Amino acid sequence: MKIHVTDQDGQEHELEGLDGWRTMEVIRDWGLNIKAECGGACSCATCHVYVDQEWFDKLPPPSDDEEDLLYSTLDKKPNSRLSCQILLNEDLDGMRVTLAKSAAKD
Amino acid sequence: MSNEIITDVVIIGGGPVGLFAVFELGLLDLKCHVIDILDRPGGQCAELYPEKPIYDIPGFPMITGQGLTDNLMAQIAPFGPQFHFNRMVTSLTKLDDGSFRLTTDAEEVFVAKVVVIAAGGGSFQPKRPPVEGIEAYEGKSVFYSVRKMDDFRDQDVVIVGGGDSALDWTLNLQPIVRSLTLVHRRDAFKAAPASVNRMKELVMEGKINFLLGQIGKLDGADGQIDHVHLTMDAGDLSIPATRLLPFFGLTMKLGPVADWGLELNDNLISVDTEKFQTSVPGVFAIGDINHYPGKLKLILSGFHEAALMAQAAKSVVAPGERVVFQYTTSSTKLQKKLGVA
Repeated sequence: MKIHVTDQDGQEHELEGLDGWRTMEVIRDWGLNIKAECGGACSCATCHVYVDQEWFDKLPPPSDDEEDLLYSTLDKKPNSRLSCQILLNEDLDGMRVTLAKSAAKD
Repeated sequence: MSNEIITDVVIIGGGPVGLFAVFELGLLDLKCHVIDILDRPGGQCAELYPEKPIYDIPGFPMITGQGLTDNLMAQIAPFGPQFHFNRMVTSLTKLDDGSFRLTTDAEEVFVAKVVVIAAGGGSFQPKRPPVEGIEAYEGKSVFYSVRKMDDFRDQDVVIVGGGDSALDWTLNLQPIVRSLTLVHRRDAFKAAPASVNRMKELVMEGKINFLLGQIGKLDGADGQIDHVHLTMDAGDLSIPATRLLPFFGLTMKLGPVADWGLELNDNLISVDTEKFQTSVPGVFAIGDINHYPGKLKLILSGFHEAALMAQAAKSVVAPGERVVFQYTTSSTKLQKKLGVA
C-alpha cells in the first residue's frame, strides 16, 4: 500500500506504507522532516499533518487528548490530525497527507 | 568558590539511562550528581508516558514508564546519588587540571572529573501557546512556570490548561491573587481528580472563575498585558488580566548542549562505540542524545552504553588504576556496595 506525503517544502513523496503501522512511523522511517518527539504516545503534537478531505472523512475521530494537542499547535486546520494516531490499513491505501510546519524538526 | 559542588561525575539528565549510569558508575565507586530540568526523575518516561506500557526492557514483559523509573530509583539507591531537579545546565567548560566546570540556571557551580550527557531528546521546555505576539509579554506578565509566588500577589491571573500544572497553580495561587480565571478548552481535565474537585468547589464559592474556551489575542503594552481575549462557544470575550500562565505541555529542545564545543551530527552528539566518549575527552554521551553508526534509540541500548562508559569514566577519574571487571552475582565487594552482603 502507498501513502502520499507532501513535505513542508511542497515536495510530494510516495511512501510504501505497512498495514498496522502508524502513519507517523512510515513518514519517520522514510526520513522526511517529522520530529515526532514522543514516539507515538499522543503527547506532543510534533507529528501534525493535514489529511486530504476525502481521506480525513474515513478516519476514526480523534480522542480528546489528540484534540487538545492539535489545539496547542500554531497551525491547526479543520483537517488536522496527529499522524501517530492514524493506523494504516488497506482502506487507507493511497491516502494523501501534508506535513504541518509544526511537525518539522528544530 | 565556596558554593562549588565537587564530585566525580555529573550526569546531565535523569531519564532511565542517566539513572542506570549511576548504577554502573557506582559499582566502580564513582559518586554522581544528577541534574535534570524536570521536577522528578524519569525523563521522557515520567513526563511523556508514565502510564504507557513498554515491552522491550529485557526481563520485563511489560512495564510502564513510571514503573521503570521507580525500579531504577530503587536499584541505584545504595549509591546515594544527589539529585538536582528543576534546573538546566547552562555551561560546560574544561578547566586547566582536566576537570570540568558546569553552571546551572539556578546559579550553582559543579566541578566534576567526568561529565555524562544523558539528556535524551534535549531539555524539556514549556510549549508556547498558539497566540500571536505572546513573546513580547514573556517573563514580564506571561509566565510558563511560577518561580516566585509573590509575582502573582494581588494580580488578575488567567491560567490556561487542564493538566496538573494548571490545576495545582489555580489552587496554590487563589489565596493570594486579586482574581483568578481558569480557562480550558473542554470540561474534562487530566489533572488529579482531587484538584479538579477542589477547583470546582472554589468556582461554586465564587472565589475563582472557570471559562470553557481558548485564548486568542493579548492586549497590553511594554510587556504588560491588560486583557486576554477568549474564543468561546458562548461567544468571544475579553477579560481583564495582569498575569497569564499558559500550561500547554512541554517540548524538547537540544538547548545549551549545542554550544559546548562537542562534535554534533544532526543535533545529536557524536561518540565512539568503545567508550561512548564525545569529541571532548572526559565528556561522555549516552542514550537517545548520542549518535554512532547503527545507533538505535532504545532504552536498552542506553543501558549498554552506560556500562561501557562507566569503565572508561573510571580510568579518567583514577588514571593508572587497574579496573577489575566483576559480576554482581559473585563479587562480595560489589554486593557490599549494593548493601546485600
